[in-house]
Amino acid sequence: MSKKLVEVQNLKQYFHAGGSLFKPKYVKAVDDVSLFINKGETLGLVGESGCGKTTLGRTILRLYEPTAGKIIYDGVDITKVNMLPYRRKMQIVFQDPYASLDPRMTVGDIVGEAIDIHKLASSKQDRRDRIIKMLEHVGLNSEHANRYPHEFSGGQRQRIGIARALAVNPEFIVCDEPISALDVSIQAQVVNMFEDLQSELNLTYLFIAHDLSVVKHISHRIGVMYLGKLVELAESNELIFHSAHPYTRSLISAIPIADPKTARKSKRIVLEGDVPSPLNPPSGCRFRTRCPYATELCASQEPELREISSGHYAACHHLDKVPNN
Amino acid sequence: MSELLLNIQNERLSFFTPAGEVKALNDVTIQMKEGDVLGIVGESGSGKSVTAYSIMQLLPHTGRVVGGTIEFNGHKINEMSEKEMQAIRGNEVSIIFQDPMTSLNPVYTIGNQIREVIMLHTKKNRKEANERAIELLTLVGINEPAKRLKQYPHELSGGMRQRVMIAIALACEPKLLIADEPTTALDVTIQAQILELMMELKDKIGMSIIMITHDLGIVANMCQKIAVMYAGKIVEYGTVDDIFYNPQHEYTKGLLRSIPKLNDTEHKKLVPIEGTPVDLLNPPKGCPFAPRCNSCMKICLNKMPEYTEVNEGHISACWLLQKKEFEQGGK
Ligand SMILES: Nc1ncnc2c1ncn2[C@@H]1O[C@H](COP(=O)(O)OP(=O)(O)OP(=O)(O)O)[C@@H](O)[C@H]1O
Ligand SMILES: Nc1ncnc2c1ncn2[C@@H]1O[C@H](COP(=O)(O)OP(=O)(O)OP(=O)(O)O)[C@@H](O)[C@H]1O
Ligand code: SF4
Ligand code: SF4
Ligand SMILES: [Mg+2]
Ligand SMILES: [Mg+2]
Repeated sequence: MSKKLVEVQNLKQYFHAGGSLFKPKYVKAVDDVSLFINKGETLGLVGESGCGKTTLGRTILRLYEPTAGKIIYDGVDITKVNMLPYRRKMQIVFQDPYASLDPRMTVGDIVGEAIDIHKLASSKQDRRDRIIKMLEHVGLNSEHANRYPHEFSGGQRQRIGIARALAVNPEFIVCDEPISALDVSIQAQVVNMFEDLQSELNLTYLFIAHDLSVVKHISHRIGVMYLGKLVELAESNELIFHSAHPYTRSLISAIPIADPKTARKSKRIVLEGDVPSPLNPPSGCRFRTRCPYATELCASQEPELREISSGHYAACHHLDKVPNN
Repeated sequence: MSELLLNIQNERLSFFTPAGEVKALNDVTIQMKEGDVLGIVGESGSGKSVTAYSIMQLLPHTGRVVGGTIEFNGHKINEMSEKEMQAIRGNEVSIIFQDPMTSLNPVYTIGNQIREVIMLHTKKNRKEANERAIELLTLVGINEPAKRLKQYPHELSGGMRQRVMIAIALACEPKLLIADEPTTALDVTIQAQILELMMELKDKIGMSIIMITHDLGIVANMCQKIAVMYAGKIVEYGTVDDIFYNPQHEYTKGLLRSIPKLNDTEHKKLVPIEGTPVDLLNPPKGCPFAPRCNSCMKICLNKMPEYTEVNEGHISACWLLQKKEFEQGGK
């Protein structure tokens, strides 16, 4: 029924990070990740700083050339093709609405630029109409077109960034922490807008964020990354209420719930230690240095991501040790 | 009343900038007893940090207290000289900032920086200060403390740097610890460690905490009392349960409606607060929330709402409450 729009198979993105000529060092920012996103779906991606979320998003768009693996878009292997025809269909919205807009351009020209690059407008009037339509889509209006980014608030600037991404009629958008820089009361405006645009335009999102509550709210399915690996993936409610992987468990339990009564009842699993350096990840399971269930097997053998129930994947040797929740 | 640790009465504070007077705090009143944990939440720019900095007199010279009084641990803060203040700062009251990288000096070792604080406030010599530093790092859960003392800030992870900041803040066992978004730059699993640590230390050395954050989850988990700020004013104040289960101000209600809850099983559409925050250079005459408030009445545009006591210790500044009281024949 649902159709895959984006798929990656065994995707790897290694960054060169010093070392000698004969013994170069690599950051394995994304290491052997496979997943797909259906048309019209939002796949949420969470995990701690540096685990490879941004890198995965950017590699799917081929803003970085993959070290290994395959990227399939709408049934076509695009790992090695000329991306020009796909650039329009695949867009990205960044975290920082301040840094990602050129301060010397008017809002109209920021949105219009993409239309020009892809030669989408048939006339000046058509260009203008498209710009205004996009601004209206994101809750701004034609008056805003002649103003400059600094005249807008954070939430409005994020809307401008989204209007720019939408101007070329994309099908797929990587949303990289699009609300993290916004005030709490403004975040809801932007989250709702993403949802409305998705149902109006049948958009597909990869939604990256730190805030698991927001990710759960907006995503159909959620993937959890740890040090370059996808460790768990499931339908959103399943992932939050029936997580299987020890790391996902501790991640969820670490989130302070905005409800005092629940907070008083809940027990936290406080993880020891920091995330290890990605330059020198632990052998076997990368989570083993912080995992309460780790055994010798975890140090010697890397667990594979396997399907534990329909559509629910987890990578851990000892799922049976993790208590039910 | 004499046992109040902190008593801020009707504080007004302005920044005098080339563009005009920015009225950052407007009639702020806060009272805390020993051992209290107070959360301050609110819109960006609502005056949370400024409130905290004014307790420590850590404001740029353009910022001035133009009304009200600040009393802390028996000191009249706003009448004190910088020199007198130095004896209190870092000693009776300490602060932890959001970004541990900018508040640690990159060119000095961790040990250098902790020892300096200890020696400034106590009669300890270098060797004793070093021992105390090791004790403090152990207390905040840093392993191999002797080795860490010789390291520079950039050699530590974000979570460890924040622990060092906490260790420095605790060096003199302050009566009050102010934490200004202490975990915003950290991952949630590290945040959980830091919050846990702060609460443990509170019990151990019996200090009070002011927790400034935009994260309602953090206040729900840590605090007893909450002050909700909007445009330089405390618009609602009460216990955690008052604020979460019986919010009275329209901004507080809006804030609670606008956040998604992790434990919701159904998808409910979020209800955002429309519009944008106020410009403090030109604050509205009446209720600062009026331009964004769905229940705004005529009086709201013209007159600043007065506080109404909802129940003991729970107050809110909203005209709707006065109206309710009036209709119930209270006034
Ligand atoms: N262009 C690059 N060159 C070298 N290393 C990189 C590059 N981009 C990212 N990395 C490294 O790859 C790892 C993954 O980084 P990435 O930015 O994808 O993480 P992230 O999950 O998006 O983190 P955050 O939540 O902080 O945004 C990190 O260790 C990072 O330092
Ligand atoms: N040095 C300054 N000069 C002029 N105005 C200032 C200065 N510092 C702060 N302000 C203003 O005072 C008001 C309160 O600022 P404050 O930093 O206390 O906000 P906040 O509630 O801590 O916000 P955030 O959540 O963004 O940290 C803001 O409107 C800010 O613009
Ligand atoms: S494989 Fe081992 S170390 Fe990794 S998560 Fe499972 S139990 Fe923990
Ligand atoms: S005083 Fe009026 S404008 Fe302000 S919050 Fe109450 S109802 Fe809304
Ligand atoms: Mg990122
Ligand atoms: Mg602040």
